[in-house]
Amino acid sequence: MSLASSVAAGAYVVAALLFILSLAGLSKHDTSRRGVAFGIAGMAIALGATVWVTAAGAWGEPGGTVGLVLLVAAVLVGGAIGLWRARVVEMTGMPELIALLHSFVGLAAVLVGWNGHLDAGHVAAELVDIHHAEVFIGVFIGAVTFTGSIVAFLKLSGRVSSKPLMLPGKNALNVGALVGFVGLTVWYVITPSIWLLVAVTALALALGWHLVASIGGGDMPVVVSMLNSYSGWAAAAAGFLLNNDLLIVTGALVGSSGAYLSYIMCKAMNRSFLSVIAGGFGIEAPRGGDEEQGEHRETDAGAVAELLASARSVIITPGYGMAVAQAQYPVAELTSALRARGIEVRFGIHPVAGRLPGHMNVLLAEAKVPYDIVLELDEINDDFAGTDVVLVIGANDTVNPAAAEDPGSPIAGMPVLHVWEARDVIVFKRSMASGYAGVQNPLFFRENTQMLFGDAKDRVDDILRALAS
Amino acid sequence: MARIAVVAEPPGETRVAATPPTVRRILALGHEVVVEAGAGLRSSFPDAAYADAGAVVVDRAAAWGSDVVLTVGAPSEADIALLQRGATLVGLLAPAFRPELLARLAAQGVTALSMDAVPRISRAQSMDVLSSMANIAGYRAVVEAAHEFGRFFTGQVTAAGKVPPAKVLVAGAGVAGLAAIGAASSLGAIVRATDPRPEVADQVRSIGGEYLPVVVPEEQKEVSADGYAKATSEAYDRRAAEIYSEQAADVDIVITTALIPGRAAPVLLTAADVASMKPGSVIVDMAAAQGGNVVGSVAGERVVTDNGVVILGYTDLPGRLPQQASQLYGTNLVNLLTLLTPGKDGALVLDHDDVVQRAVTVVHEGAVTWPPPPVQVSAAPASATASAPVSAAPPKKTLSNAAKTGLIAAGIAALFLVCAVAPPPLPQHFLVLTLSVVVGFYVIGKVAHALHTPLMSVTNAISGIIVVGAMVQITADDPLVRVLAAVAVLVASINVFGGFAVTRRMLAMFQKGAGQ
Repeated sequence: MSLASSVAAGAYVVAALLFILSLAGLSKHDTSRRGVAFGIAGMAIALGATVWVTAAGAWGEPGGTVGLVLLVAAVLVGGAIGLWRARVVEMTGMPELIALLHSFVGLAAVLVGWNGHLDAGHVAAELVDIHHAEVFIGVFIGAVTFTGSIVAFLKLSGRVSSKPLMLPGKNALNVGALVGFVGLTVWYVITPSIWLLVAVTALALALGWHLVASIGGGDMPVVVSMLNSYSGWAAAAAGFLLNNDLLIVTGALVGSSGAYLSYIMCKAMNRSFLSVIAGGFGIEAPRGGDEEQGEHRETDAGAVAELLASARSVIITPGYGMAVAQAQYPVAELTSALRARGIEVRFGIHPVAGRLPGHMNVLLAEAKVPYDIVLELDEINDDFAGTDVVLVIGANDTVNPAAAEDPGSPIAGMPVLHVWEARDVIVFKRSMASGYAGVQNPLFFRENTQMLFGDAKDRVDDILRALAS
Repeated sequence: MARIAVVAEPPGETRVAATPPTVRRILALGHEVVVEAGAGLRSSFPDAAYADAGAVVVDRAAAWGSDVVLTVGAPSEADIALLQRGATLVGLLAPAFRPELLARLAAQGVTALSMDAVPRISRAQSMDVLSSMANIAGYRAVVEAAHEFGRFFTGQVTAAGKVPPAKVLVAGAGVAGLAAIGAASSLGAIVRATDPRPEVADQVRSIGGEYLPVVVPEEQKEVSADGYAKATSEAYDRRAAEIYSEQAADVDIVITTALIPGRAAPVLLTAADVASMKPGSVIVDMAAAQGGNVVGSVAGERVVTDNGVVILGYTDLPGRLPQQASQLYGTNLVNLLTLLTPGKDGALVLDHDDVVQRAVTVVHEGAVTWPPPPVQVSAAPASATASAPVSAAPPKKTLSNAAKTGLIAAGIAALFLVCAVAPPPLPQHFLVLTLSVVVGFYVIGKVAHALHTPLMSVTNAISGIIVVGAMVQITADDPLVRVLAAVAVLVASINVFGGFAVTRRMLAMFQKGAGQ
């Protein structure tokens, strides 16, 4: 073992430890910035060590210099692109950015896997079969992550419709693709051939595309965290392939993190992971509640402003609609205006509000809402009963009383924000259409509910003007 | 474009059918508005204010000769004679009590809309005059009582001694009752309330009152086992009467609001109850116009009993706050006109398929249309939930505990087999993988929900660690491998740098509330 590689082995252990500390630091607001610093340090150590090993190994070899130049150029270009995107991205566009970044990991994993096939000269004889299987697994996971993330990106950025794709026998297609993958793997292990690799890459690309295309927009929090998990497993698979423990450790950390987030999201929708993957609500629940159930009352911005001015406590429950309308800035302004009048204002965030776990928190933070008044479901649910006014901004299924009260409802049992227990509820909404789940929301017809129709941003602006006058 | 007139009310009425703000809203519907000179004087709205709002001030004949005439009370014979054939009259016409008025209006060939006939459904709440006036009346009843009552409402401890708070009993917790409870408790009095509907208890408490339930003892129910429902009702009435007797002797002020639709008001306080009250006590009987809840009350009068109890039977309580009563009544009218002007283009349309519009129309083009067909009360939600076949949500497929244990055992066994059979580097890798997964779950499980998006972008950045793998490959001899590896390094670098940078940006946004 050369000096470079033994130093690298030590560096990898340190880097792995720093990554764990980084994730641990994110558990609290106070330590989160330190956590990111740990992560950056770990990454710098790992990259530095790797570059050194590569450079030491390549020095004097034919083509080694070219490779090093390529390496530096690729890192510089990639880094520049990454920093530029990170600086200009809108906070409402975070879900798209994250999905796109997942696809890069997937693509890199596919490429590393292919290289594993093309450049397999130095593998020990008894490990050849295992090496082949590792190539296949790495390429498969990477390709699924790649196309899945691309489709998620397209859906989240609105470039394609977020409606679920309904191919006949879609579950059979998914299972068929898995069976085909196992079959191809066995075949490839016996007779390694580039065509089998091409076939499995195509199969995995198609599977990833189909898997995400058949999931609707409202399930995107689960999909994005699921892809996060896949990108981790792809890195771990590459670690097996390249005999690199750092990749395995990091991949496993990311993989379990994504899996845990998916689990939280699924629990927040009271659905199993399989049912999310197998498709949206539309399948298990024929929509029965499309007809209106009773009468709703409409109100106007001036009346809401008066209601707010005379309230003692207000809770705002935002949803994806707030992100779509870019209403977080006026909402933050409204919050500070009300707080300046001595009114207690808090936010109640449902775990699946938005299109990304924690999306609403980031939007509100962007608009400078202090994070200690932004509470999660369990923290705030008991407080609605003592609250004067609740503003529901662009949320629907996450505040649906049917989930708590109607056992026949398709979303029965899903934990929801009990907004209807407050004295007055104002629902900001574009129209009386159903939410993502296609379930009618009895909240709109409650006696203490009033509807404020129109674009959320414009309406909040109207309220601000009415409050100021 | 319809010409809408606001007329001056007869001397006994202080309210007016439109205020300058509501005139503006009627104009916004595309109508023309004329106001009879002096219409708003008793509500403190001078003619100039109406003119500023965009109305034209006209004389009496011109006002009554308009397309639509808005009034508060019922018109006199002389007024009706001024109405044009085909005109529309809107006001509080009390159609149930004044059939002769409806006949007279029909003979004049007009259409009459009565605001007190608005059905009590949630969509029509914004036009419900009875509620908006009851709210004012409840408040004013407390003010009238306070005026007569020779003491503080709130308790005080002063250098000159202690003053006990006044005790107020409000009978009936409807709109008027709740308004009275709120007004009295915010003056500092101890407020108790009764109501046959136990579900109002929470509303009473929420505005500072104490709800007195009528609890019928079990044994009294069983004594009269023959006619259960009626006997219960008798036992109930007896217990309620006892409560009123007990309270009358204790409290200083009683405000009664009990009304039964279409019947005389129930008697709650008997002559004996009134006699048991302390001298100087005050009773406000808000049901005096319908016969009264209190023996001895006279509609429209202030009566003092032999033992010095003041009984107020005022029937014009809303009119004693004329500005706001006019404003609320005017808003009720605007909401009705909005319903009748669906195009907001000044064209009045009366749609008799709409239950609200049908119910308020008591005379239509010369024909009496009172009473309306029974309103289908919007009980849709209840029936929908009842009739909907409880399509018991398909039982969620959850694995039994045994199956779960089995799966975990199988997984561990598989891991054991792989590690036992596989050649050297593999078992170590599996060990590393397994431990990392366990560490990952524990670490991630502690992450705050609010930080999930930063968590995802950090994991995104560190999953760019795959760049290490691509870097190792980049110095290979095969040019194709080198190119592929370079592409992999490039995209993974985007991840590494982009992920960390965006996380830092996001975390910088999270701020703790500064001292607020």
